[in-house]
Amino acid sequence: MAQVSMTVNGKAVSAEAEGRTLLSQFLRETLGLTGTHVGCDTGQCGACTVHVNGRMVKSCNMFAAEADGARITTIEGMAEADGSLGAIQAAFREHHGLQCGFCTPGMVMAAAALLADNPKPSEADIRAHLSGNLCRCTGYHNIVKAIMAASGQDVGAIAAE
Amino acid sequence: MPADGGIGAPNKRREDVRFLTGKGKYTDDLNRPGQAHVIFVRSQVAHGNLTAVNTDEAAAMPGVIRIFTGADFAEVGGLPCGWQVTDRHGEPMQEPAHPVLAQGKVRHVGDAIAAVVAETADQARDAAEAVEVEIDELPAVVDMKAALAADAPKVHDDLSSNLCYDWGFVEENKAAVEEAFANAAHVTTLELVNNRLIANPMEPRVAIGDYDAAGGDSTLYTTSQNPHVIRLLMGAFVLGIPEHKLRVVAPDVGGGFGSKIFHYAEEAFCTFAAKALERPVKWTSTRSEAFITDAHGRDHVTTIQLALDADNNFTAIRTDTHANMGAYLSTFAPSVPTWLHGTLMAGNYRTPLIYVNVKAVFTNTVPVDAYRGAGRPEATFQLERVIDKAARELGVDPIALRRQNFITEFPYATPVAVEYDTGNYVATMDKLEEIADLAGFDARRAESAAKGKLRGLGVNCYIEACGIAPSNLVGQLGARAGLYESATVRVNATGGLVVMTGSHSHGQGHETAFPQVVADMIGIDPSMVEIVHGDTANTPMGMGTYGSRSLAVGGSAMVRATEKIIAKAKKIAAHLMEAAEGDIELKDGQFSVAGTDKSVAWGDVTLAAYVPHNYPLEDIEPGLEETAFYDPANFTYPAGAYACEVEVDPDTGKVTIERFSAADDFGNIVNPMIVDGQVHGGLGQGIGQALLEHAVYDEDGQLLSGSYMDYAMPRADDVPFYTVDHSCQTPCTHNPLGVKGCGEAGAIGSPPAVVNAVVDALRSAGHDVTHIDMPLSPHRVWQAMQA
Ligand code: FES
Ligand code: FES
Repeated sequence: MAQVSMTVNGKAVSAEAEGRTLLSQFLRETLGLTGTHVGCDTGQCGACTVHVNGRMVKSCNMFAAEADGARITTIEGMAEADGSLGAIQAAFREHHGLQCGFCTPGMVMAAAALLADNPKPSEADIRAHLSGNLCRCTGYHNIVKAIMAASGQDVGAIAAE
Repeated sequence: MPADGGIGAPNKRREDVRFLTGKGKYTDDLNRPGQAHVIFVRSQVAHGNLTAVNTDEAAAMPGVIRIFTGADFAEVGGLPCGWQVTDRHGEPMQEPAHPVLAQGKVRHVGDAIAAVVAETADQARDAAEAVEVEIDELPAVVDMKAALAADAPKVHDDLSSNLCYDWGFVEENKAAVEEAFANAAHVTTLELVNNRLIANPMEPRVAIGDYDAAGGDSTLYTTSQNPHVIRLLMGAFVLGIPEHKLRVVAPDVGGGFGSKIFHYAEEAFCTFAAKALERPVKWTSTRSEAFITDAHGRDHVTTIQLALDADNNFTAIRTDTHANMGAYLSTFAPSVPTWLHGTLMAGNYRTPLIYVNVKAVFTNTVPVDAYRGAGRPEATFQLERVIDKAARELGVDPIALRRQNFITEFPYATPVAVEYDTGNYVATMDKLEEIADLAGFDARRAESAAKGKLRGLGVNCYIEACGIAPSNLVGQLGARAGLYESATVRVNATGGLVVMTGSHSHGQGHETAFPQVVADMIGIDPSMVEIVHGDTANTPMGMGTYGSRSLAVGGSAMVRATEKIIAKAKKIAAHLMEAAEGDIELKDGQFSVAGTDKSVAWGDVTLAAYVPHNYPLEDIEPGLEETAFYDPANFTYPAGAYACEVEVDPDTGKVTIERFSAADDFGNIVNPMIVDGQVHGGLGQGIGQALLEHAVYDEDGQLLSGSYMDYAMPRADDVPFYTVDHSCQTPCTHNPLGVKGCGEAGAIGSPPAVVNAVVDALRSAGHDVTHIDMPLSPHRVWQAMQA
């Protein structure tokens, strides 16, 4: 066991973790931040996506100890200061970009990382960027649409309003 | 944001706020005080006799509480099968035992042998690795046809063979069908495989058993589409716990697609172990474990024949299918290739004679059961592929051949036992031609050609039987359950409502759509209605969510319960206004006396019901709460027409979906936004089946596609934006909402469109291709072009 300290959603936290404890496990089980989901054990579904020092990371692909000293943002840190939905979250709701909600935290974190780098992504940019995030419910249509809308693009022409 | 509307309004979903902020409560997010963790020791071979399970070393490892083996379950019931199929000769299917932990033999990779319970999951995992298992390996049976050979090794020694049943439908029509084929002007034959799939909801399964020794009460928290079904099956058949001592809770469920209907061994284990240890026991599946323990789907091998007369009218259909059951019968497995498949073989067409033969086979693979569509995709795929092939053989337009044979008069009694109440297949095809811009296809094909790509167009229709199901009918067909649904509507004193239902959402937005129905009936804002579901302790007995049934059956139960509420409320209103009950009208949440300006508000009446000072106590009871159970009179029959346009790279065989259009008739619509989303999701899964997904076993019974590295799930860049339309609406005639269900359509209707399109693309370049088996991987398409 080692003491691991990090800033999560703006708050300093410190707790013990085994060497093998994954960051996803540490967030969920030690910190109780269960918004970060675990959908696979091979690093391929993206449900566990968080931001580490501003970069999008699959938290199941990193040990908690490796995140010592890091600045982490999880889905629980994505709402506005007043608790209302952030722009990407609001766009997902407006455009029905989620059904069961299990992939959703990872999708929102992935979308936020994309828009930080590429404020007006094309449909192809979004689809390529999301290729590490699986969703089994939506067929991706409304996720892609929501991200385009969140970036301020007109989605009125996209079929099936 | 506009105020939320009633039936027909695209209300934004109320569940979204918690899901989008990380506040959803899925089963793995729950932890019970004092909880222990279990890790299962699973068979790594497909078939073998268990000769020893040595737990001594493991039991001594840190944190280990107890290790359970098959011996602990020798006296415990097995997992029951909920449907008994009767074969062609009137005999019941062969039904093997399905123990919670293996009893002397393992029958598929993943079969549970022992269960290690420890303080932490990591400790349990470490100890599980130290459990020594000795297995005398037996030859595995993987291929279905080989499994039926006289000398094939038997999956179950106590059964006479690996044949579960040999089902004929409609057996009495067999001779007439043969005769129709003998007299046919043209017969088209197609052999095809409906590829084995894995549902893969993104949330893996989880079970937490809990036990309160003081009251002797057991609780199971589980990832389930139907907590009441689990309570009944597990309580009555496996553990012998009466329902009033067993509570099953399914909180937020992260997708299911059928795979979370079934009762699984891990649920029974955790409930059993919690009682034995008097502490909560939690199991969280890894994805790798999900691949070898969640029920798989599809896996049919079929020969279908279509007979036509000289005018290209369909005269008969004959099919011969082998359907894989896997190693044990999962909860509803026997019904899928039979009653959910054979009854749909008429499709959207007038075919007077149909005979379906299905041989269900045990193999050393994971059990196979319902997956989104369940039997109906298999029926649709065969039929729509063979029609396409027939059109090409006859040199006629595939759409024209379909139109010529459409059923146009309703109700229509098919030769396969079901009666379609309503539909308009011409209208959906017309709509499809419009939204898919089929007139512009040639120009798009020329554009693709200019880029060196082969463009193909595939069109097909589908029909499904949803709103499952009339209990007396399914009882005759072998169901060991009723398939009604329930609702309790509780009106509070100040006018708000709570609706408790046996349906359960696993992504369908019930918390949003159901209030639209109830609020619309009363004329109040949907925000005054709250949905409670997923917990047997506070919902009436109901059968859950699958088979596109929740609105058609569960919603109908809500309508019936709300009608009772309104009837009683009108009595109270009549008393308050000193008017005759028959003169009371309810509109926009106001009760008024016809022809007068007298009125009382909804809230006045609900308050009077609970504060009955001025109240007809001699006539009616106080309170305002009603329950209804709704048992449908028939299935519902959503139908539609789909079009897919693909581009094939002639150098690599890679297929890209360029356009996908879906024109569906779901009857009336409650929330069109949610309906669009359901169709999109189904299309994604159907395209996944057609192009990418395949659960592959090697001859030793090892699952080769056991992770997301090998099992290709559709990703965002594998699919296009879809064009969906549900403006063609022929309301269901026998349920009060006129709704038909929309959850499975996309997955049922899309695979044949994709395959038809790829075959069209290849044929346009002169390749004499008539069929390619799914998934249409670049390798398979490329090979087809080399032939
Ligand atoms: S849980 Fe991290 S990628 Fe799947
Ligand atoms: S919304 Fe269910 S997996 Fe994406």
